[in-house]
Amino acid sequence: MEALQQKARTLLQSGAVKVVIGYTAGSDAERARALFVRNGEQTQQLIWDDRCRQNLAAYLIKPEVRALGKPALVARTATLRTLLQYAVENQLADEAVLALAVADGQVVELPNFAAIEEYLAKQPRGLTPEQQQELAKMEALPLEERWAFWSAELQRCVKCYACRAACPLCYCDRCIVEVNQPQWIPVASDPLGNLEWNVVRAMHLAGRCVDCGSCADACPEKIRLDLLNRVAAQEVLTHFGAEPGYSTRKDYALAAYKPDDKEEFIR
Amino acid sequence: MSETRILQKASLDGLFAKLTAAGRRIVAPVRQSATALEQCHAERVEFEEVTTAQKIAADYIQTIRPPKGALFPRYEQMLRFKIGGKEVQAEEIKPEAKPTVLFGLHPCDAASFATLKAVFTWDSGDAYFEPKLAHTTVIGLSCTKGDAYCFCTSVGGGPGDTRGSDILLTPLDATKYLAEILTDKGKAVVALAPELFTPANGQAAPALAKIAPRFAADKLSAKLPALFPKGEIWLEQSLRCIGCGACAYVCPTCSCFDIQDERQRYSGVRLRCWDSCGFGLFTLHASGHNPRPKQSERWRQRVMHKFSYQPERLGVLGCVGCGRCSRSCPTDMNLAQHVQSLAEMPA
Repeated sequence: MEALQQKARTLLQSGAVKVVIGYTAGSDAERARALFVRNGEQTQQLIWDDRCRQNLAAYLIKPEVRALGKPALVARTATLRTLLQYAVENQLADEAVLALAVADGQVVELPNFAAIEEYLAKQPRGLTPEQQQELAKMEALPLEERWAFWSAELQRCVKCYACRAACPLCYCDRCIVEVNQPQWIPVASDPLGNLEWNVVRAMHLAGRCVDCGSCADACPEKIRLDLLNRVAAQEVLTHFGAEPGYSTRKDYALAAYKPDDKEEFIR
Repeated sequence: MSETRILQKASLDGLFAKLTAAGRRIVAPVRQSATALEQCHAERVEFEEVTTAQKIAADYIQTIRPPKGALFPRYEQMLRFKIGGKEVQAEEIKPEAKPTVLFGLHPCDAASFATLKAVFTWDSGDAYFEPKLAHTTVIGLSCTKGDAYCFCTSVGGGPGDTRGSDILLTPLDATKYLAEILTDKGKAVVALAPELFTPANGQAAPALAKIAPRFAADKLSAKLPALFPKGEIWLEQSLRCIGCGACAYVCPTCSCFDIQDERQRYSGVRLRCWDSCGFGLFTLHASGHNPRPKQSERWRQRVMHKFSYQPERLGVLGCVGCGRCSRSCPTDMNLAQHVQSLAEMPA
């Protein structure tokens, strides 16, 4: 924490960045909130612990935050993966953001995509044992029970779109739910409308999702959107070998045509 | 002067049976059972239809969704239409207004109905809202506990506030409630089962939740117009806001809706659905102009609407201090904190 505060002070004093986007203590002991540090005094409020879960890369597309000037971004692994995925999708210029990875009380400056790529190459990949167990549990459920589970989950959706707002990779200027000529997704938050919205979002993120979990954290109804996206990500990994956010190589699993595709119907 | 009675907790099933027999549906807070794959931290209580008291979460602090859905559902069909040649046939869909007893609403939620009523009846009235309100009886439940997000006492409410309730129950001990019969609708409930409401003789004042006031809403309302042009205040407060609609959708008093035609080729329905002033699209004109293009302006609108415009125009605050918006905010925007800091700013 001290190292992070010190680093933020140095970066702001030297003028290397105009703002450090990090975390500070939130409303209660279990919550952290984003902090936009612009002067030395504010750096004392920076924290780094398990509460710091929100994917702060989502702020890089917010006009008010962009207006603050060049940012340093306190980043966990999923945040770094987001930056590389932004690179793949042409949403972020190289060196536009200084990423700060915190590990073992040390702050590592990652000034460009190459440095992030190199850093991530050394990080453990894949699911945690708990996540693996959970997916196995899901896969073991008979189809009807799985359907019942997701129906009950999605039934609670009120279409507040907190998942979309919290997701750094949901950056479309005009989301498909806001297009009504023609109406692609039913507007009501009824069972069909909820199913279509959440499934379309999951499909749109399959092969792009970096598993930050911010969608599920943001959902007021605590719908397991992280699980939905994780299942899709595993499918993409199994069938396309794609793990988004570890490289700037443009390799869109679900949006690129390859003459040697293994599926005959598309060749 | 309201009448005071005793209602045994063990009598609730008897009361519910009488209500059901009289054709009323009962909606109450129910602790949701964990699903096979639920995250352990997701403790959820929601309002749902019940027939017995067994499932009711008697000690809940707050539901996630507000009770407004009983009067103003998250989506509602208004009319059905068919297009044939050059003719359009439209058929009105009458709202369903089932006689309903909302049981166990906390005083903040009960008070929220006054704000909704003020909005939906201020001008032409509302054919969808008013029949539901007329058929709804509120049996409130005083709060014996709150949390750090509760701030009812800053906005004119309190853990034992009777506003909005037709009957207010206050737990006296593990077995019984003090029942204040406040309105004719309340009396009508008692009349269904008079034997269950026994005389109260000098009951000791019950221990209610302690919610310390954090600001004075009337002074804040008076001050807000002067803070309106100070853009930097609103920008600073809302930097971390990501512009989702969670706050509005869990808010018991937010009443904005969007009307949309959902159309198949030659037929469709007109719907009204909850909306939020936090969305950029909310004020986007067909011309492309947006009078509130920035999130900070939308945040200002939210605060001004609740604490300035509604008190000024409708005579009611647009906030009851339930704290749902702040509990649910993905970025930990804390309305009470923000509003308190506005109240403490030099004018």
